[in-house]
Amino acid sequence: MNASYRLDLAGPTVDNLIIAWSRIGATLAVALSILPASALAHGLVGKRFFPATIATDDPFVSDELSLPTISSVRTNASGDEPASRETSVSGEFSKRITPDFGISLGAEHQHISPDGQPSIKGFGNVELGLKYQFYKDEAHETLLSVGLGWEVGGTGSKAVSADSFSTFTPTLFFGKGFGDLPESVPFLRPLAMTGTLGVAIPGRASTTTMTLDPDTGDVVSNVEQHPHVLNLGFAVQYSLPYLQSFVKDVGLPAPFNRMIPLVEIALQKPLDRVSDRRTIGTVNPGVVWAGRYMQVGLEAVIPVNRQSGRGVGAEVQLHFFLDDIFPHSIGRPLLESQL
Amino acid sequence: MILLRAIGAVLAACLVVQAHAHAFLDRSEPRVGATVSAAPGELTLRFSEEIEPAFSTVKVLDAKGKRVDKADVRVDLADRATLRVSLEALGPGVYTVVWRVVSVDTHVTEGDFTFQVAR
Repeated sequence: MNASYRLDLAGPTVDNLIIAWSRIGATLAVALSILPASALAHGLVGKRFFPATIATDDPFVSDELSLPTISSVRTNASGDEPASRETSVSGEFSKRITPDFGISLGAEHQHISPDGQPSIKGFGNVELGLKYQFYKDEAHETLLSVGLGWEVGGTGSKAVSADSFSTFTPTLFFGKGFGDLPESVPFLRPLAMTGTLGVAIPGRASTTTMTLDPDTGDVVSNVEQHPHVLNLGFAVQYSLPYLQSFVKDVGLPAPFNRMIPLVEIALQKPLDRVSDRRTIGTVNPGVVWAGRYMQVGLEAVIPVNRQSGRGVGAEVQLHFFLDDIFPHSIGRPLLESQL
Repeated sequence: MILLRAIGAVLAACLVVQAHAHAFLDRSEPRVGATVSAAPGELTLRFSEEIEPAFSTVKVLDAKGKRVDKADVRVDLADRATLRVSLEALGPGVYTVVWRVVSVDTHVTEGDFTFQVAR
């Protein structure tokens, strides 16, 4: 986030938002600290390591940095909008306040190249998040969390159509490893699934814009409805490290012994206010390689229908495990133990 | 440019900071899920990180849940990422290894697996 970007902000400044968010986080941390919890490192539940996934948010709370996530997809023409290629570079920093409660800060720079028209670029809205891990069963490799995302309206560029209003997304997160399957199906035990279920709640039901009709000279009002949107995400993954370490050492050499093939599905469905409520989304097959301090993810992005895009896009992500890189400083929860 | 600098700084931190990651099991002898023809006298576990032996445990159990290791788990002095534990004379059967280790930066990891001694 650079200075020139901050000057473009139409709403609250990023600095003020960070301070406000920190205060909210600290207050909630104290409130939540009376609940039972135990320390958990990035993505580990019992012997299961859940990698960070690209299209669906992770169910765990951790100290981590995704930087960068680069995505490139093509969209179809819609109404007056021409088809375009959309490329984004984003980053997200997540910080544990307590072992089970964390906050996050994300930003994205978008580059949109419409067919036959000049390119548009700018930052999208800043995204803040809270997440609390309320259930963990190590024996059954199960994890449940709840979170609240806040897309901060007015912090992005109008050039890339960043909303001037905020959107809040309460979300339920889950993670389930299948290491507890019977010994009779050993090669299914490296399977795991993570997912999210959330509803995006716009802070404004509609936006009315007034334009001048160049032919008649009349003032015309255009009303854009902002629906509630159901967000669903799933990631089905097969952990080769799990296979090697806990099921059967099949002799995979590096780098394959640290790879986790996966398929992500991310869907969005408008629930109200608009007539076209078709589901849009993508199916993203790919692979994550997880090392000691970082992981790399690479996925294809396949639209589920015409409304969702055109052709096959791609996403790549570099993700750092801050709890391993800085185990004695910023990689630890701010409040180490429960009060 | 700012983005590249940020990524570079984190990558540099990975190299410069005295960091230690979680200890994951890299390999074992007998190997995970293997069937061996001769009963091993010792179990060897090689982890991805150096291990703190005082806070690390390894147990080997037979099919009835009876402990068959000699409870003498120790770090290999030549390779502090390797744990060794002596085994009693094992008969044919399936054995379960249960381990819980603490890496030198205090991260805890755990796991289990089986191996089989053939008849």
